[in-house]
Amino acid sequence: MVKTGLESIAAMFAAAKAQNRAAFLPYYPIGYPTYDDSLDAILAMAEAGVDGFEIGMPFSDPLADGPTIQAATQVALENGITVKRCIEAVRTLRDRGVDQPMLLMGYLNPVLAYGVEAFVRDAKAAGANGLILPDLPPEEAALVGEACAQAGLALIFFLAPTSNAERIALVAERANGFIYLVSVTGVTGARTDLPPDLRDFVARVRAQTDQPLVMGFGISQPEQARMMSEIMDGFIVGSALVRAGGESVSAVRDLAARLRQALD
Amino acid sequence: MQQPNLETTVPNARGYYGEYGGRFVPETLIPALDELIEAFNTALADPAFQQQFANLQATYTGRPTPLTYAGRLTEQLGGAQIYLKREDLAHTGAHKINNALGQALLAVRMGKKRIVAETGAGQHGVATATACALLGLECHVYMGTVDIARQKPNVFRMKLLGAEVVPVESGSKTLKDAINEAIRDWVTNVRTTHYLLGSALGPHPYPFIVREFQSVIGIEARQQMLDQVGRLPDVAVACVGGGSNAIGLFHAFRNDENVDLIGVEAGGLGIESGAHAARFADPALGRPGVLHGTRSFVLQDDDGQIMNTHSVSAGLDYASVGPEHAYLRQLERAFYTFATDDEALEAFQMLSQLEGIIPALESAHAVAEAIKRAPQMPKDSILLINLSGRGDKDLDTVISELGGELDGEA
Repeated sequence: MVKTGLESIAAMFAAAKAQNRAAFLPYYPIGYPTYDDSLDAILAMAEAGVDGFEIGMPFSDPLADGPTIQAATQVALENGITVKRCIEAVRTLRDRGVDQPMLLMGYLNPVLAYGVEAFVRDAKAAGANGLILPDLPPEEAALVGEACAQAGLALIFFLAPTSNAERIALVAERANGFIYLVSVTGVTGARTDLPPDLRDFVARVRAQTDQPLVMGFGISQPEQARMMSEIMDGFIVGSALVRAGGESVSAVRDLAARLRQALD
Repeated sequence: MQQPNLETTVPNARGYYGEYGGRFVPETLIPALDELIEAFNTALADPAFQQQFANLQATYTGRPTPLTYAGRLTEQLGGAQIYLKREDLAHTGAHKINNALGQALLAVRMGKKRIVAETGAGQHGVATATACALLGLECHVYMGTVDIARQKPNVFRMKLLGAEVVPVESGSKTLKDAINEAIRDWVTNVRTTHYLLGSALGPHPYPFIVREFQSVIGIEARQQMLDQVGRLPDVAVACVGGGSNAIGLFHAFRNDENVDLIGVEAGGLGIESGAHAARFADPALGRPGVLHGTRSFVLQDDDGQIMNTHSVSAGLDYASVGPEHAYLRQLERAFYTFATDDEALEAFQMLSQLEGIIPALESAHAVAEAIKRAPQMPKDSILLINLSGRGDKDLDTVISELGGELDGEA
């Protein structure tokens, strides 16, 4: 029996938890620095033992992203990467043996342009497990949410340090797969220091939900990964891996392996 | 079909104008938007705020701005009687000050002392810098480097007013990219910072707040028409970038069925060239989509990537349009057309030479539509143009576009 997207994601958290650690989900955009390199980078990370992926789909106006991912996804667009090719990339990665959960991450407008139902259908058929759209808060998500629910795909919602109890309750009620906690008020990008009130933020959310909690934004170093492993169910690293991707596929593999090993 | 009462139906509680609007932003910003709605509603209900705002409008902005009969232009065109609502005479030279002052007062009420803003033509940046100077707020204005190059006087003006002008190098280096950067700053500093958005777009409640602060244009113009001419105009015309001056004019006339409302987009080098900012006029590229937090018409490619736009006027050079315009168009309460760069430049010169009024290149698009339309209208009909800003800022652009040849022939 083939697992649904949601079941695969749940299994990922359960496996990491059984090893007493957080799940490590790298973000990597399709098409950077080239289409082939991006697939090789993702494959290399899969072999390095990461737990799942956020597969980045480029958008011309990525307003939740900092300079590193902006520049990389701009290159991807110049390389002719479309939503269609990102979905094809997921299929190719599955064919090449990637068995970790893959969540497509992008912005709403390209998904709308593709057609929400067609997108969810094609993403699922290619082997994607979920969808992450930072510009789609839960109260606007009815259309996408319904399509994802029917297909068994996760639609991930966010919480931020600015979220009050009311927002936490709303997101907790609508969430499936996991809740994406943004570590800082800000955009994506590697940061040396994470904010001191991070544990309070996580505790506030934890008090209101049993959903797996995954943190992203600003995480780039093994010691930060270790801290994540203590307080979170999962964490995301993006910009630091993308920067490594600008150097070489092996630089991506090395960083992913170091971050993964920090959890053991 | 009975006209809906637009006053009570839009926007709804979720910020929708029909199927347009909403708030498509990162979660981090949602509490700030909620706070802004609360602050705006409280301010509206507070007589002290109303009095403070009205006092500033009268003694600082110079409201009401006049309604001017454009006699020589009317005579030249030989049709409708043309009147100009003179927002160019508002302090800082454009309607943008109406909204900038209002929102800056809201920021003070919310205890936010740092302001970020985007600007295209620089008029909103200047208005924001002005309001910040007046109220003692820290001001950062994001501006694309293409726009910085073509709007130098306004860049200098903002700096003189104490604002930091932050150059934006990403994307097309114009208004769209300046908004991206302003939002990135806001999401980072949201606890201390108010984003003073300059047009009737973005996530709810911005389209609503901007409309309310700009609706003074139409309220005054409507009364002035009644006082000076004894009746309402047959047609009211305004240029539409994001659409704040247009919605400010249209709102007061929304239930006057006999007043045709006409919005004029930037036709750039012509629709078929693809180099324009006419969201409604190009069915190949202008389709409903989501940009900068709102669902509206957006110029985009087949993959949903936002198109780079072109207009000779920086203030109209934007890929999306305020959601209420998309709604008014769908209701057929307002109609939208376009003027090309050449038509705007010709109108720019014509108004200068016939009326002694140099319009902003943005406003010249509305004048261009009047030049097309007035001759087709009877002599006892009335056409009202919102002259949203003055053109001093555009002299460099016009000189280079016309190659120094000011002979009235574009």
